[in-house]
Parts: sequence; structure tokens; C-alpha cells
Amino acid sequence: MIKRVLAWVDERTGLGRFAEAFLFQNLPGGSRWRYSWGTLLLYVFFLQAVTGFFLWTAYSPSTQTAWESIHFIQNEMTGGWLLRGLHHFGAQAFVVVLVLHLLQMVIYGVYRAPREVNFWLVLLLLPLAIAMSATGWLLPYDQHGFWASRVPIGIMGVTPVIGPWLQKIAMGGSSVGHHTLTHFLALHAGLLPLIVALVLGGHYYLNRKHGFADAPKDCGCPDEPYFPAQFLKDAAACLAVLIVLLGFVLVPLWQNPGAAPGVHLGAPADPSEQYSAARPEWFMLFLFQFLKYFPGGTEVWGAMVIPGLVMTVLALMPFVAKWKHGHRFNVLFIGVLAVGALTLTRIALVQDSKDETYLTAKEHDRRSAERMRQLVSERGIPPSGGAALLRDDPFTQGPKLFAKNCASCHRFDGHDGTGRMPLNTYTVRAGDTWESIAEYRFTKPEQLRDLNKSLGGRALKPGDQVTVYARPWAPDLKGFATREWLAGLMDPARVDGPRFFGGTKFKDGKMVKWVKKNCTSEKAGDLKKVIAALSAEARLKSQAGPDKADAELIKQGRALITGDFACTDCHSFGKKDPDATAPDLTGYGSRAWLLRFISNPNHADFYGKRNDRMPAFADKKILDAKQLGLLTDWLRGEWYVPPKNGTK
Amino acid sequence: MQKDPATPGAAASPPARREFLKQGCAACLAVAAVGTPAAVGTRVFLDPLTRLKTVENFVKVTTLDTLPEDGTPVQFPVLADRRDAWTKFTQVPIGAVFLQRQAKDKLLALSVVCPHAGCFVDYVEEQQGFLCPCHNSLFLKDGGLKDEQSPSPRPLDTLEVQVRNRNEVWVRFQDFQLGVTEKKPVA
Ligand code: FES
Repeated sequence: MIKRVLAWVDERTGLGRFAEAFLFQNLPGGSRWRYSWGTLLLYVFFLQAVTGFFLWTAYSPSTQTAWESIHFIQNEMTGGWLLRGLHHFGAQAFVVVLVLHLLQMVIYGVYRAPREVNFWLVLLLLPLAIAMSATGWLLPYDQHGFWASRVPIGIMGVTPVIGPWLQKIAMGGSSVGHHTLTHFLALHAGLLPLIVALVLGGHYYLNRKHGFADAPKDCGCPDEPYFPAQFLKDAAACLAVLIVLLGFVLVPLWQNPGAAPGVHLGAPADPSEQYSAARPEWFMLFLFQFLKYFPGGTEVWGAMVIPGLVMTVLALMPFVAKWKHGHRFNVLFIGVLAVGALTLTRIALVQDSKDETYLTAKEHDRRSAERMRQLVSERGIPPSGGAALLRDDPFTQGPKLFAKNCASCHRFDGHDGTGRMPLNTYTVRAGDTWESIAEYRFTKPEQLRDLNKSLGGRALKPGDQVTVYARPWAPDLKGFATREWLAGLMDPARVDGPRFFGGTKFKDGKMVKWVKKNCTSEKAGDLKKVIAALSAEARLKSQAGPDKADAELIKQGRALITGDFACTDCHSFGKKDPDATAPDLTGYGSRAWLLRFISNPNHADFYGKRNDRMPAFADKKILDAKQLGLLTDWLRGEWYVPPKNGTK
Repeated sequence: MQKDPATPGAAASPPARREFLKQGCAACLAVAAVGTPAAVGTRVFLDPLTRLKTVENFVKVTTLDTLPEDGTPVQFPVLADRRDAWTKFTQVPIGAVFLQRQAKDKLLALSVVCPHAGCFVDYVEEQQGFLCPCHNSLFLKDGGLKDEQSPSPRPLDTLEVQVRNRNEVWVRFQDFQLGVTEKKPVA
């Protein structure tokens, strides 16, 4: 019965005969592992098509939804991370298999007549694979994709004559936006795969038509039909590749079970946000590195002319091979190319591994990606897109605001909030020594010598330009208004140090004198109460526990502030004192207090006319209300913290 | 009604001219049938080429007080209303600038975009200049090219800057063509 149905189908369509011819094609000289390359390439393409299709079913190309939909695929949809992981590594596998296949064809001379067209088709796949990859980076629309794809888009623009137009068409406008994503998706998932499929199909068809290679002479190997011998080899090779790919996705998960599974998805793209680690995929690093050797204006040579010439030489290989030493030349040429590409890749990798900026940017990207995951799971993504979450997050924005607006005077745990040490350039005057410069800036001479290695540690001459750590002109604000911070302020040994009033004009002021005189060890017990009381005014989230537990202590402390310690001689506390000459201690360090303080330290409630140099950030319109809020929340340590072990 | 065209003289063989016309018409019809939808689609696809870009206006970036007196460049995000295809965004980041004081009231605004291929440059205090993290182009503090071997074809792009109402810093934010020696705004 089945036989009859098959016969019927075959008679109408010829499928049966075709399948038979296909499966049992005779291979002169028998099966070979190296005949598997074509099938392997086809297989990886199939893998990409399948994983790509399913990614596509859940992807939404627009600047407000691209990152967001990928984030959803990766973190919410069951198995999404595996799907994305396979697609990510599959893309790289395609290039690897393609290059090896090409090398194999050249080395074994499988480009000779009648296989020239086979060979050209494989060559054609090279630029196609690059285009597939370059259009793929942007799609997740994370910082990495956004900045890394600017380079190829920029290069497109230097094409002679039509460059700017090409660029505009590719981007779908004058800058990266919705239409860049829709265009790139249409190319990446529509047009390019179609072309690749045709080229691959053609290649495979011709492979079969002409046989995989010339039958090896005098090897005495018997012929074999394609099935099962070669089929088995092909299938085994495909499976091996699949296992390797699965390994790439799964092994990191197994090594680090706590981390988010799947390949990295950075923070959402933000054109105003620096990203100093923009690199293409590793297999294109050599091109990236190559561009560094072309000084301004000669970029076309590095990006187009030379690669074009190389492609031409490759394409001419079948004809070159006809000359006496042609084949040897071809093998040599492709060998030199391979070694060159490997060397450039290595240089690029080594340079990056030593590049502080690159490494910090990578680390920063990893952290903001992690932060995004926390914020998304806590807040959910608003319709305007995920980037807004980071922009409204004190934990992310606080350090940046601090570094830009506060760190010229204040420090945060010794640095500028982001972990960097603020630097200045100083022109040496007569009489300066390393020691005097260092002392003024509360640093050590050795540290300064380290910063200025070019001077070789020699004595300074007037007029020398040296890089120095900026002097802290104002207190270190890490843990501001916490008990520890106040304990430092009211420590005679530290109050005039660099972390508190050491760099300010209050260095020898009343407060410092008072601390030195009154905060003695005999009064340690009472001082503790005062500190607890004052710190409780801030209502810090991090101190909610102790503040509640020590209610009695705090009550006594409040009495001491107005009583024995006589803080109210200068400060207001509880009720407004029109004669107060120092900052109001009512609600000291609370959100409202700090917000008002930063907005205008010259206000009579704070430093009034005695203000040292702190600008009125709101009144002078240096920061807007939102920025002030973010900065205040960050200084007070108030931001969303995910519960421990609570992550899915 | 089947005739074998290969048989010469079967009925009156059509004159060569007629045959040629027929072939020509067949080709034209086919091209028209296939080409029309393709042409319509292509025209839409090429829409960005003919869409005029809205002129960039000056946008307020910051205030004078935020700029250090010593002339150190500071990086600011540029927020503006922006129309992207179907969405009208209000006050979104469209890029960033480096602002610095060259004299008390003389400002210099530099685009953060490297003219080579568009990476975001970094100000490096130790070098007293800007470094591009991509292909290592080096720029002086005023944006000039530090050395001729830099891959960047031109200095960092300066942007027009104005101080309004005594204290507000306004910048005309523009994109420029990358990779060319001449500074041309992107059309
Ligand atoms: S993009 Fe700046 S050097 Fe290439």
C-alpha cells in the first residue's frame, strides 16, 4: 500500500527518483570527512534560520521596544536565553565553518574547473556573513549594539560618491532610530538570509553536480554511495558543532549558576551615554584593528580598497591556478592572509586587555546590565522604554552627578563617586617640592611621582606641568549623617582632617575648636547619645533598625543637644533660632533638609553668608529638580536594593 | 490547433519583424508586471533620501556655573525634542557635548562624536586632551588633531554655542559626516 502511494507520488512529481539520486549518489573514492564542510555550512545556516525565526516571533523593532522585547525573551520567556544563546554562537560558528571551508577548498585545489562557480559562491558568502553579523548587532539595541554598529555605519558613509546616501538609506534617516531597526531587521531576517540561502543552495547543488572533489588518484579507495557512509560523517559533524554551541551557552551557566543565564545583554542604548568598549564581533576584530593604521582621510583604503583587492585576488584563484606555480601561490596567499588576520586579532585583543578605559567600560556595562535586570523586575518597563529606568535610578545617576557637580571639592569614600580619583594639572611654582604639593592635597609624594612617571621622579622646576590629585576642599560625603560619619566629625583627631573640615575654610573654625575641646574621652558616653540623636534626624533607611531600638538613647541625646552639649548656642534644633549662626540641626540629613541644603547652602538656615564656596545648585540652575532628587537619594543611600536570593 | 513552429513553411511563417515585436512586447509586459510592485516598494524604501531633515535649533544644555573656571572640559548630555519616524519624543537624550571655558565668558563646545567612525571620545586629564577609545585618535584640548597619524580625518567638530540670559548655555547640536576631511553637517 505504502509502496503504491510512493510510486504514485513519484510518478507525479519525480520526488522519489530525485531523493534516490541524491541519497545514493556515487562518491568516487569513497566518503571523506572533508566533504562535510558544505553540509556543515548548510546545517549552521539552518540552525540560524530556525533560531532566528523564533527570535523574530517575539522581537519588536523600535527604539522603545527592541531592547525591551529581547530582555523579555532572555529573562522571562521559558528557554529564551537558550534560544538567543544558540543564535548568538551559531552566527560565529557560521563564520568559522565558512572560513575553514574556504581554506580547505584552496588548499585541496577544489576551485579548479569545473568547480570555479562553487568556489565563487563560497567567496560571496564572506561579505554576506559580515553583513548578516553587522545588521544583527544593532537589533538588541543595547549600548554595545548601538555603539558597535556606529562604526560600520560610519564606514559605509566614506564610500566614494554614494556614501552619504547609502548611509541614509541604511539608517532610514539621518540618525539611528526606529527605521534603522526596521531596516536592519528586514535585511537581517529577510533579504540577506534569502540571498545566503540561494547562494548556499547553489553551492550545494554544484557540489553534488560536480562531486565533492576530484577522485583521489592512486589511493585505491573503493567508491561509496553518499548514503550511509558520507551521510553518517555529515550527521556526526553537524551534531558535533551543535554540541559545541550548546557547550558555549550552557557551560557558563554551570560554572556560575547564580548569574543570569544566556549571552550578555547590555543596558539599553542611550546616545548620551558614553560607551568606550565598542568593538565588532571577535571575527571582525582584525578589520577593526586594520583601520587603526590608516591616518585621517585614508580610511577608504583600509575599509574598502584593500579588502576589495584581496577579494579580487581570491576570486581569480581558479585562473591563477592554471599557471605553473599558480596553486602554490594561492595557498601561500591565503596562508599569509590567515596569519595576517590572526596577528591583527591578537594585537587588538592584547591592546584591549591592557586598556584601562576599555576594561572599565566593560565592567561598567556589566554592572548597568545587572542593575537593569533588578530595576525591570522591581518596577517593570514603562511604555517609554527601559532606558528611563536607569535615568531615574539614584544608584546609577548619583555617582555621575556627584562626579560632575560635587567632586571638584567633595569626595565619596576618597573617590569621585564613580571610583575615579579627580585629577588636576598644576603648574609648578618656585619653591614647590613633591612633598609640599602632596601635603597640600593630602596625598603622598610617591603617589604624585607615580602619576608623573614621565618626569622620572626628578626634582621639580618652576613651570613644570604635573598631574596631581585634586585637593579635597570639602568633607567626604560617604555615609553622610550616619552615626559613623558623625562620630568621625566629632572626633578631635579627625574633624580637621581631609575627610571633614581639613580642606575647608572652617578648618580652624568654631566647630573644630568646639570638637577639640569638648569631645573628650570622658564624655564618650554622652557623645554617643548626641550622635545617635542627631543621626536619627536623618531618618536613613539603612539606620531604621538602630534608630527604633535606641529610642531611649536618642531621647537623652536630644536633651543633651539643647542642654549640656549646648549645640543650640550656634545651631537651631527643634525650634527656629533667629540668632543661629550654623546650619539648622532640625531634620539634619533628612531628605528634605539635604535637598534644601544642596539647593541653596547660602540660606540663613544653613551656612548663610559664612558659606565657604558651595554653589546654590537649584538657585543657580546648575541642577534641576529631578537631578537634585537623584543626588540626594543617592547620598542618603536610598535606592532600590533587590532582596537577597530573591532573583529568579 | 497545435502547430510546430520549428516546421518551416507550415502555414505562412510570420515575418521576422512581427516575431520581433511579439518578443519585445512579451519582455515589456513581464518587466512591467514584475517591476511595478518592486518600483513602488523601492520608492518607499528610499523615502529617507528625500525626507528633509528638520533644522536643529539651539537647545539649552546647562548653566555657566557648572563649568570649571580652570577650563577643564565637562561632558553634558543633550536633551531635546526629537521626531523619530512615527514617535514624537520630548526631552530625550540625542547626544552629548564637551563644554569648556576658554576664557571667563568664552565657551567652546565640542561634539563627543569622533569624526573617524563615530565612537564617543573621552577626555583624559593626564593627556590634556581627548582620546577615542576605538581606533585611538588623539585630540588636543581645543579639539585639534594631536598627531597626523591619527585615524581621524579632522579635528573634533565644534558646535555653535551661545550664552543666553547671562547664565544659560545653549548649543546647536548637529551631526557631521564621518570619515571625511571636510566638516559637513549630515543632511
Ligand atoms: S572612531 Fe574614533 S578613531 Fe575610529
